[in-house]
Amino acid sequence: MVRVLLTDSISKSYTDGVSEFEIFVSNVRQLIRQLDEKYPGLGSEINSGALSISIDGDIYQDAFMEDLQPDSEITFLPKIGGG
Amino acid sequence: MSSENRKYKWVGTRQIRPDGHDKVTGRAKFGSDFSVSGMIHGRVLRSPHAHAVIKSIDTSEAEALNGVKAVITSKDFKDQSSELKAAGEGMINYRDMTRNIMAREKALYDGHAVAAVAATTAEIADAALELIKVDYEVLPHVIDVDEAMKDGAPILHEEMVPSGIEIGGPTNIAKFVEFSLGDTKKGFDEADIIIERSYKTEAVHQGYIEPHAVVASVTEDGQAQIWCCTQGQFQVRAFVAQLLGMPTSSIRVTPSEIGGGFGGKTVVYLEPLATLLSKKSGKPVKMTMTREEVFRASGPTSGGSMTYKIGAKKDGKITAVEGSNKLLAGAFSGAPAGPACMCAVAPYDIKNVYINGYDVVVNRPKVAAYRAPGAPISAFGAESIIDEVAKELGIDPLKIRKLNAAKKGTQAAYGPTFREIGYEETVDIAMGHDHYLAPLGPNQGRGVASGFWFNIGGESSATVNINEDGTAVVISGSPDIGGSRASLALMAAETLGIDYDKVRPIVADTASVGYNFVTGGSRVTFATGLAVVEAAKDAVRQLCERAAKIWEVDAEAVIWDDGHAKPASSNVGDFEPLSLSSLAGQANKTGGPICGHNAQNVQGAGPAFATHICDVEVDPETGNVTVLRYTAIQDVGRAIHPSYVEGQIQGGAAQGIGWALNEEYIYNSKGQLDNPGFLDYRIPVASDLPMIDAVIVEVPNDRHPYGVRGVGEVPIVPPMAAVANAIENATGVRMSALPMSPPRLLAALDQADVKEAAE
Amino acid sequence: MAKHHISMTLNGEPTEFLCSTRQTLLDVLRDELNLTGSKEGCASGDCGACSVMVDDRLVCSCLVLGAECDGKTVESIEGMADGENLHPLQQKFLEEAALQCGICTPGVLVAAKALLEKNNNPTETEVRYWLAGNLCRCTGYDKIVRAVMSTAADMRGDAK
Repeated sequence: MVRVLLTDSISKSYTDGVSEFEIFVSNVRQLIRQLDEKYPGLGSEINSGALSISIDGDIYQDAFMEDLQPDSEITFLPKIGGG
Repeated sequence: MSSENRKYKWVGTRQIRPDGHDKVTGRAKFGSDFSVSGMIHGRVLRSPHAHAVIKSIDTSEAEALNGVKAVITSKDFKDQSSELKAAGEGMINYRDMTRNIMAREKALYDGHAVAAVAATTAEIADAALELIKVDYEVLPHVIDVDEAMKDGAPILHEEMVPSGIEIGGPTNIAKFVEFSLGDTKKGFDEADIIIERSYKTEAVHQGYIEPHAVVASVTEDGQAQIWCCTQGQFQVRAFVAQLLGMPTSSIRVTPSEIGGGFGGKTVVYLEPLATLLSKKSGKPVKMTMTREEVFRASGPTSGGSMTYKIGAKKDGKITAVEGSNKLLAGAFSGAPAGPACMCAVAPYDIKNVYINGYDVVVNRPKVAAYRAPGAPISAFGAESIIDEVAKELGIDPLKIRKLNAAKKGTQAAYGPTFREIGYEETVDIAMGHDHYLAPLGPNQGRGVASGFWFNIGGESSATVNINEDGTAVVISGSPDIGGSRASLALMAAETLGIDYDKVRPIVADTASVGYNFVTGGSRVTFATGLAVVEAAKDAVRQLCERAAKIWEVDAEAVIWDDGHAKPASSNVGDFEPLSLSSLAGQANKTGGPICGHNAQNVQGAGPAFATHICDVEVDPETGNVTVLRYTAIQDVGRAIHPSYVEGQIQGGAAQGIGWALNEEYIYNSKGQLDNPGFLDYRIPVASDLPMIDAVIVEVPNDRHPYGVRGVGEVPIVPPMAAVANAIENATGVRMSALPMSPPRLLAALDQADVKEAAE
Repeated sequence: MAKHHISMTLNGEPTEFLCSTRQTLLDVLRDELNLTGSKEGCASGDCGACSVMVDDRLVCSCLVLGAECDGKTVESIEGMADGENLHPLQQKFLEEAALQCGICTPGVLVAAKALLEKNNNPTETEVRYWLAGNLCRCTGYDKIVRAVMSTAADMRGDAK
């Protein structure tokens, strides 16, 4: 089961405050689809490019094609730019 | 460190940069150095009001002036929908962007563009601006972030609906974000001491010496060429295409040499105006900002108003942190509130954290990125309050940082668990550095502070063409802002196994290389570097195939070693190694040109941490602060070109010192900028600074072939708190607002004297 | 108003140009003579990116009128190298990475050369105050100051 951690802003907007849960997926495409079923809008928000995904500590600018391990830990962050 | 460096021939060496000779002889073409034949000149009319309804604009007299070829206002740009799109840095709202480049319903800041003219000379264009009649209805304005959040504050955008927070009625709060870890109530219950403070930082300009400049030429068939100084030619192309409704393929953007950017040239100001003026006039149009325009209408980074609360055990272990960061965005939303929250205490392993951030619009130019956007602001608060905890508990300020240091496996308050990081190493080196152990004189003090930046990857494309004489051209699309061509060439030389001076790196226009994200976020040497290394490997693969064909063996039986194709083992056969140049020389016979290519969305950026030590001397009579000594220690992963790595660290530290001590925007009661020039907006000059000792720490990023993390952003994060902590150490006075300029520090010193006398 | 016909010596060559009264020497160099090595960072004498020598005096060319230069001798960055040989300061700036974006570099080099011609053994403080009129936003000045001092040492022939 992949562990998903959400920031307060995201959990307030999409999951009624649930900030940590587990989900059975093996890649980010599945994750986006399942999140949208479970918490409508969250998957689309992630897919829109507004958020970066961190998988096991690595921040991905775009993780759409990434595979997930059964023990992966996922967090979503505001997209990082920089000077 | 040094033994590891020896495994490379070129990586880690200090070579002369490929663009160096052009730059020391005056040949290098920067933004405003470019001209084309038949070019006319564009100028911008700017609002003198901080906040005003534009009731009407009459351009008829300007259009009638002899020599005027085109006049544009917001009416010439189609409106855009209010929807966030991923483009350039962060999310772009084109409705805001089209209003920022040219005011539509209202002028929202002093300097906001309201019309533009192209004429045969700049003088005629200036004269035409004076003939444009704008009927303004001046509205009350708001400049300060705290004032903008109060009930009854002048509202910039009546229709703006804040994100992440419910507010009944119009507001200047564009966005609210929050991050938490653990339970701060529990954390504060465990604490032996709790300190709570407020802090304020001023908005500051990136201060690049080269003003924005562009030449745009649109032909009658709708094809546009744009030459400009930018950190992202592909972003300029995307923005102009969207704002002018042109197909991307019809716009070709060529980046000039860029005279500094620091984030401020990741956006567009003049480019869409010049393109539209060119389209309308049928002539190439050149536009250059004056320094005054740069200050009034471009940049800056956010100013911030923060509160931080920290709890710690007697032994120095931090048990909880709560923080709030209110960041001014300028006239349109986009303050880096998220990164400010995420970076504030990222160097530390703290179990209970709650940090929130506000993105607040005010009547100032819209903020642009500036080195580690957001992080220096929140770090000023967090690193100042940690210093207070150390003092209160009688613990050395570096020891408290080491005690609480984030390490591999620490979960950051913003979510992810760190992989291999080098924060603790920077603290260890600081503790043993002779600077930290040196004695101090009267009125002198020492401060330390740390900082964090994510570093980023992103999209990069690169081509490595092997020339017929065995040299190579490296084509990337990342504007070189501080020596990245040198680092790309070094990595290509290392990978190909040829000499550095046989590799020629160029920065290509949008039609000559695949898409590249902006130069920013400390990504070029990491991400574009990775694309270059992969493109070089692609060329090596082709070279090995050519050798295999010549030897009539399988391609897998050929290896690449030190610039030569060699049989993988003696079983393959007894062949003389073939050099890159010999393979290149017969490429025509073995299959044609050898061109390595790579394009990817690079992932796996490794975070950067820094720890700075600053010594100051405070003149008690004037409040003047002299920085006596400065040491900046930073984990860079791997320094590909150590001199330019040091340069980035030194330059970032110097900008931070300017932010700490002098830089600020001074607005008058009408909301007009009173210091739009380098005389009154005082960036550090040579005599303001000491040598800055850059200490490179190398904890390699295992997601990059040479271990690169990124350099440019994090050195601006620690300086403000390091200077404030040093001033406190020298005087006993804690400065909680920037800049700590002589009048402000003198007032604080006087107040402390009065207080002491009363006690 | 009619333009001024000006004759001056520029980088050792006799040079003539026409300029309007309001054109600065910087405008003339860049727009009339196509020498864009001198940069305009502020047009108010604050940044030093347009530094040139006029009759052996270091000036901001944005503060000098073109019409003032009749009969004068002007040296800009384009005249600093001797044929294909870089001036020792130019060479040292390359070797010691004393530039990043490079926009301030021409002005800094012209100013530093003027310093070394007056004082071949400047202290760090003297270098810093001499170059205080040349803004650099990239380097923090560290490598610039070091490069000027080590060029001075080389030119004096000091043993390293």
